[in-house]
Amino acid sequence: MKLKDFPRKYWETLPRHIEPFTPGHRLCAGCGASIVVRQVLLGTDKPVVVCCPTGCLQVSSTLYPFTSWNVPYIHSGFVNAASTISGVEAAYRALSAKGKVNREIKFVVFAGDGGTYDIGFQALSGALERGHDIVYVCYDNQAYMNTGIQRSSATPVGAWTTTTAIGTQSSGKREYEKDICLCVAAHRIPYVAQASPSHPKDLITKAQKAFRTKGPAYLNILSPCPPGWRYDDASQGIKLAQLAVETGYWPLYEVERGIWRLTYKPDKKRPVTDWLKPQGRFSHLFREGNQSMLLEFQQEVDRRWEELLARCGTASAS
Amino acid sequence: MIIKTERKVTIFTGNQAIAEAMRQINPDVAAVYPITPQTDIAERLSAFVADGLLNVVYVPVESEHSAMSACVGAAAAGARAVTATSSQGLVYMQEVLYIASGLRLPIVMANVNRALSAPINIHCDHSDSMGARDSGWIQLYSENAQEAYDNVLQAVRIAEHEDVRLPVMVNMDGFIVSHGSEVVELLDDKYVTEFVGEYQPAFSLLDVEHTVTIGPFDGLHGHFFEHKKAQIEAMDRARGVILDVGKEFASLTGRSYGLFEEYRLADAEVAVVVLNSAAGTCKIVVDELREQGLPVGLLKLRVFRPFPSAEMADALRNLKAIGVLDRSVSPGLGGPVFAELRSALFDVGARPKVVSFIYGLGGREFRPEHAREAFSSLLDINKTGLVNNLVSYLGIRRRQP
Repeated sequence: MKLKDFPRKYWETLPRHIEPFTPGHRLCAGCGASIVVRQVLLGTDKPVVVCCPTGCLQVSSTLYPFTSWNVPYIHSGFVNAASTISGVEAAYRALSAKGKVNREIKFVVFAGDGGTYDIGFQALSGALERGHDIVYVCYDNQAYMNTGIQRSSATPVGAWTTTTAIGTQSSGKREYEKDICLCVAAHRIPYVAQASPSHPKDLITKAQKAFRTKGPAYLNILSPCPPGWRYDDASQGIKLAQLAVETGYWPLYEVERGIWRLTYKPDKKRPVTDWLKPQGRFSHLFREGNQSMLLEFQQEVDRRWEELLARCGTASAS
Repeated sequence: MIIKTERKVTIFTGNQAIAEAMRQINPDVAAVYPITPQTDIAERLSAFVADGLLNVVYVPVESEHSAMSACVGAAAAGARAVTATSSQGLVYMQEVLYIASGLRLPIVMANVNRALSAPINIHCDHSDSMGARDSGWIQLYSENAQEAYDNVLQAVRIAEHEDVRLPVMVNMDGFIVSHGSEVVELLDDKYVTEFVGEYQPAFSLLDVEHTVTIGPFDGLHGHFFEHKKAQIEAMDRARGVILDVGKEFASLTGRSYGLFEEYRLADAEVAVVVLNSAAGTCKIVVDELREQGLPVGLLKLRVFRPFPSAEMADALRNLKAIGVLDRSVSPGLGGPVFAELRSALFDVGARPKVVSFIYGLGGREFRPEHAREAFSSLLDINKTGLVNNLVSYLGIRRRQP
């Protein structure tokens, strides 16, 4: 379903507030992060406090003395978005109890995959276990893009990055990406979901649920990156995100109080090469002699897809 | 002097004294990760909450890095935030120490001084806090449980003062003071409440009508240098604020606090400069040597950051020989207090001789004979004018031949 096909009534149900994230930031043309932020923040009409760890979004949206944030915002470090927001939320509880704050406020983190899957993982785990009333959003662009495209544990197997170089002895990243949602769901928090900006209604609905959740909620959102994924036309990012969903590489699902549910099922799963082919970071996989890597990639996508269907109690059809 | 409060004397360990002070200042958020020998403070705060004696949101974080990060978030949200740590914990949160001071957040932290690995050692030295000396935190040192208690109460006022707005670290010797019981005079809760007042944050993330971006990226053509200059100026202003708060505290308790304490220094010819609990041991030896008619004295540094260079130079300028006792070392340089004090004395007309004594690393016991040894070499220097050893190690075992 395309954006323009959504009934007018749907858009009218979304909160009308001052745009919390404004133009003028220095994110790349076509960057997924700003789209993710805007779609997620449509999920609540309550005041929000935003926390970002160090990353593309942080450096590009708060170039002192300018800011793109029309909402209270804090950046503390790279490691500690989850623990920083824990402190903000703890202060909110303390000051509300003492009558010094008298309104409902939501707390949200927007972190990249570096600040989530890797260096921020311990802080994230701690915050989830402690049960802070926060929404943690990972805009997952699948590498350390801010420092110039180095691998993360979210980088797909086989992908080129500047630290998984292609050469006679190497064909890109050797390791499969971490299944972060599985890790997060293992904390038994009330709400976990994976979404894509190519499916805004699905994404915004999940954001609404996340904001409504008492306790920690986690959203893992694919965030296309023109320079990092190496595609020429920056306007094609959302199309790529859609292909990630349609190929089953990036399934859309949620885990609500332990119940896994697929929120979108493609009629027929497209071959994953449809997603890989337009991205320069995978171009070496299409060279002579590397067919086995493509095959293995497809097999892993299928394996994870089947696992997910089993968790969701959905029959395999495509 | 008129003391407004009635006396309430008890027997407390250093950790107990700090926990009690943290209860009395009524913080909004306490984010603490346990580590020996601080653990006791984390436990006592939890017990206060459980017993309804402390209305704080206690955040049982998964690491010291997160402890300081949660304090940063809480303070930025307009809360009074406290924590406590030791040793590896302080090192682990070091990154965030700079963030707390750079964001000008008035967090109060107790650091129970302990050595740093390796070899792993749980006993006292000052390597932890000395390693954080450039982090932009005000550092107060405490000889005993009483001073630790008093320093925590004053730390709140210093940190939150509008001319300062910097975090404060209160240091106390691990085990020697943290686990030793001594007489402590406490203030009644109502006097503490009145003394520390309400925290009035300059900005708050929870003030959603007045949005603020905290911690923006200071890009290529940014204002980082100017921000740091402002921070340095705040640190410089802290000197006066520390003195003012000390005076006010004295009127409340009769216990006065300055940047340092001078002990039989006025007419001394040689003196030691020392921090924390070893000052007590040295004072006994000063008394003993004074009885023998020897011109010895002591300066106990309370405020290590901001470093009171001018004030110390003034207090020490007429001495002939000074021994700086460091319970930490910067390998390749020597004792950090020694290096800084020697520099502070550079502009004094007839410079005293200044030598370094390293003692007590990893909790090696510091006994009166070690203080006597230090004074003895200082008295020799005073007599001969010659320095044979610029750096000496007190209480180290000799190598087996």
